[in-house]
Amino acid sequence: MAKAELMDYERAIELFEPVLGFEVHVELNTKTKMFCGCANEFGSGANTNTCPTCLGLPGGLPQVNHQAVESSIRLGLALGCGIAESSRFARKNYFYPDTSKNFQTSQYDEPIAHDGEVTVELESGRRVTVLIERAHMEEDAGKLTHLGTTGRIQGAEYSLVDYNRGGVPLVEIVTRMIEGAEADAPEVGKAYVAHIRELVKALGVSNARMEEGNVRCDANVSLRPRGSNVLGTRTETKNVNSLRSVERAVRYEIQRQAAILDAGGTITQETRHWHEDTGTTSAGRPKSDADDYRYFPEPDLVPVAPSREWVEELRATLPEPPAERRARLREAWGFTALEFQDVANGDLLDAVEATVAEGASPAAARKWWTGEISRVANARGATAGELVSPKHVSELVALVENGDLTDRLARQVLEGVIDGEGSPSQVVEARGLKVVSDDGALIAAIDEALAAQPDVLQKIRDGKVQAAGAVIGAVMKAMRGQADAARVRELVLERAAQ
Amino acid sequence: MPDISAEQVRHLADLARIDLSDDELTSLTAELAQIVDSVAKVSEVATPDVPATSHPIPMTNVFRDDAVVPGLSVEQALSGAPEREGDFFRVAPILGEEA
Repeated sequence: MAKAELMDYERAIELFEPVLGFEVHVELNTKTKMFCGCANEFGSGANTNTCPTCLGLPGGLPQVNHQAVESSIRLGLALGCGIAESSRFARKNYFYPDTSKNFQTSQYDEPIAHDGEVTVELESGRRVTVLIERAHMEEDAGKLTHLGTTGRIQGAEYSLVDYNRGGVPLVEIVTRMIEGAEADAPEVGKAYVAHIRELVKALGVSNARMEEGNVRCDANVSLRPRGSNVLGTRTETKNVNSLRSVERAVRYEIQRQAAILDAGGTITQETRHWHEDTGTTSAGRPKSDADDYRYFPEPDLVPVAPSREWVEELRATLPEPPAERRARLREAWGFTALEFQDVANGDLLDAVEATVAEGASPAAARKWWTGEISRVANARGATAGELVSPKHVSELVALVENGDLTDRLARQVLEGVIDGEGSPSQVVEARGLKVVSDDGALIAAIDEALAAQPDVLQKIRDGKVQAAGAVIGAVMKAMRGQADAARVRELVLERAAQ
Repeated sequence: MPDISAEQVRHLADLARIDLSDDELTSLTAELAQIVDSVAKVSEVATPDVPATSHPIPMTNVFRDDAVVPGLSVEQALSGAPEREGDFFRVAPILGEEA
């Protein structure tokens, strides 16, 4: 495919005002699918979670998952939306192998939640309010794998379909047009999707793992020439599935569209595909004719009419809003902005909070979680939170603070804990990792090392204190690292002086 | 009398990915016009005080508990597949039209 011309970003913003819109799909973490009792599970063997209903076989009849409705209402409330008194499902008809039903059960004219708003904060501190048009319930489609020369949809020779995901409950959150983002537009996109991800995680309604497709974003971008009040033609970039990609995709579309418009061209209203590897988008189908979905009310399902009592009951279960929680924790922990960002970006707020609750100091909890634990998690391709419990981290911190472990020993103990050898104290015991705090043992080792290196001893006595390093090294080695180097140094100087 | 044009039928067939011959198009256009005409008779008795309805029984909030129910085996699921590869359905590629 021909490489698109891009205009310099600053220049593009000088000439045009970007107008954004986002559709974010959130996969709910219910046990079962939206309309049938098949397991909602990521990573099962292909086509192991299907039934006549989600495959659209004759005789299959959908039944609404109560938990999915409850999660959708809670999410709607957290987005500041009103909850419809009566809401119904509709069939969105389209013929494509990602559904074998030939329609997606969705909502059209009566979504469960409508008219909300969220405020996102940018790194500069600027706050941008994003209006939510609606949040509606629907089902996910099956997963297609395109096989052939490129692995992409273009040039594929055939596709393989796994219907496990078909029927998994989704909430689609649709924003109203976002104007006034200006040069911050890419960051606004990223911050908005980050906000939604954080929100659904705090609510506990989704696993919120973008890499597993739990939160997926379609980004609408159009440009309006400065001084004009006519909206430009928009493109919709589909399946932008990481925060960084949202930022990059919006930026790319601004630069691409600006170059076309500036050269006197026109933007085609179309779906575009995002390519993570090259950081570019490419044209998919034109939007106009393919959007003829012939929606009609789903005759197999009755309306969902949540009573006001139920809605208020659910409102009472909403967690502290993530932004308020962050402000509260930062204040309580006394971290700098950078330190706090480290914890928040590493998805470690819960871990640090729980570790502090177990008695560790915020600084020590932060150090371990953002440092060694995250390092090991990266190396093992795991998330930090699943490696070790806050209780064990707190215990480890206490062992270091009591002087039972040096940092170096503590890292070895952590490794043992991660490998399932038990609590930190148990690992210390089993591996015999405690710091040698018995001066007698240290002095014996020091005397031996000094005797072995008489030249060093002489240098120390001549006042060349830095020569002691060689002896300290030998002693630490003899103690297999299980000594406090500062104490060894003190003792070496003491012994040398005698 | 609703007007159904051959062009509309062609468009519907395209949306449904059905390849129609010219003869089929002609006969289907006539048949569809007749069906739409019959359905339109309902409008004659539906006065404005009859609300539109998508369901014959006035019911709301029919829910299922979120509990797993065993479904089909892989073999059962794939038994109707025109083509398969391993445990997957195998289909011809169609340029991106995901919902």
